[in-house]
Amino acid sequence: MASTIRVRATSSGDSTEVQALIQHPMDSGYVKDAKGQLIPPHFIQQVVIEHDGKPVFIADWGPAVSKDPYLKFAFKGGKKGDDLKVSWTDNKGASDTLTAKIQ
Amino acid sequence: MTMRKRSGAVLAGLAMAVTLLAVPAVATAADTPNPPADLKAFQKYFKDKFPKVKFEDFVNGPYSMDEGLYKQWKEKEEFPPYEFALDLGKELMAKPFKNGKTLADCFPNKGIGIRQDYPYFDTKQGKVITLELAVNQCLEANGEQPYSYVKDEMAAVTAYMAYTSRGKIFDVKIPDDPRALAAYENGKRYFYTRRGQLNFSCATCHVQSPGERIRAEVLAPALGILNAMPIYRSEWSGMGTISRRFTSCNSQVRSVPLKPQDEEYRDLEYYLSYVSNGLPISGPGARP
Repeated sequence: MASTIRVRATSSGDSTEVQALIQHPMDSGYVKDAKGQLIPPHFIQQVVIEHDGKPVFIADWGPAVSKDPYLKFAFKGGKKGDDLKVSWTDNKGASDTLTAKIQ
Repeated sequence: MTMRKRSGAVLAGLAMAVTLLAVPAVATAADTPNPPADLKAFQKYFKDKFPKVKFEDFVNGPYSMDEGLYKQWKEKEEFPPYEFALDLGKELMAKPFKNGKTLADCFPNKGIGIRQDYPYFDTKQGKVITLELAVNQCLEANGEQPYSYVKDEMAAVTAYMAYTSRGKIFDVKIPDDPRALAAYENGKRYFYTRRGQLNFSCATCHVQSPGERIRAEVLAPALGILNAMPIYRSEWSGMGTISRRFTSCNSQVRSVPLKPQDEEYRDLEYYLSYVSNGLPISGPGARP
């Protein structure tokens, strides 16, 4: 299966701007389906972004984050060609990881 | 009370039917169907109403109407929310059926760069064939389960087809066939007919009031509105097809939507696409 993660990281001068999009249902546990049954909670709990093995961004997420979440941030350092590793874990224990190169 | 209201509505309906019946009797030359003249008048109306908007920008819906939204959208397009759908669409197009054929085999040029030719009037089947209908006809002809018309796979496949057709100019033709002209006229009638408890026609919002806000949303102009389909709507937090847009528009004016790909919806798509001829495909789009 194709990765659930899309990343674009661009370095400019002394900082790197990162954009990421993660495909995930992010069910809060409070929404009912067409039959009136509650859809069980299923959401990402943690996103970690590492630059050369060192975490530069850690997010603790909950059920209030929207479906297919998008995030954008910048950090100091990082140059073209460096590895940027994005990973997430959800409340059901599922996870995904993607390593991209900084452009 | 409800009963009385309802009979009032029936009376009004009857009165309207009578008026409609009376119209053909006094029909003049101006009432004969003339699609090229319609197209010219339709496009002129929008150009005159929005002199600052570049013609090819009309395909960008609300973003062509509102500067702030335009900026947000430009940023969004750098990392568009429909990317996952494009990947899925590409995969589904190439995925072999049980009989070994693929979806791509059903389309000219393997389905690449052909969005601008849909919908078209099929003189053999005697009806308007939209891209969505063509996809399901292909699936059914090959013994596969048809897709839901409103989202998921259908949106993904049509998104991929639109994406590979970006920039191509909408080129919907009306063949020399009275049935084709009738379909066009039927679509036009549907577009301008008021319906639902709110008594809105498609034109009320998308011809009379584009650029205006309806609650927090900016209404898109009817000109070029289908060029951006299918769309990722943040409100739906997912992709939606033309069928989804038509049915949800109908519900929003408190009318009972038709079935997706109903003849009237296909005719509506035919009319609406024809009057947007000359504008480029910009789909898939992202909308608030």
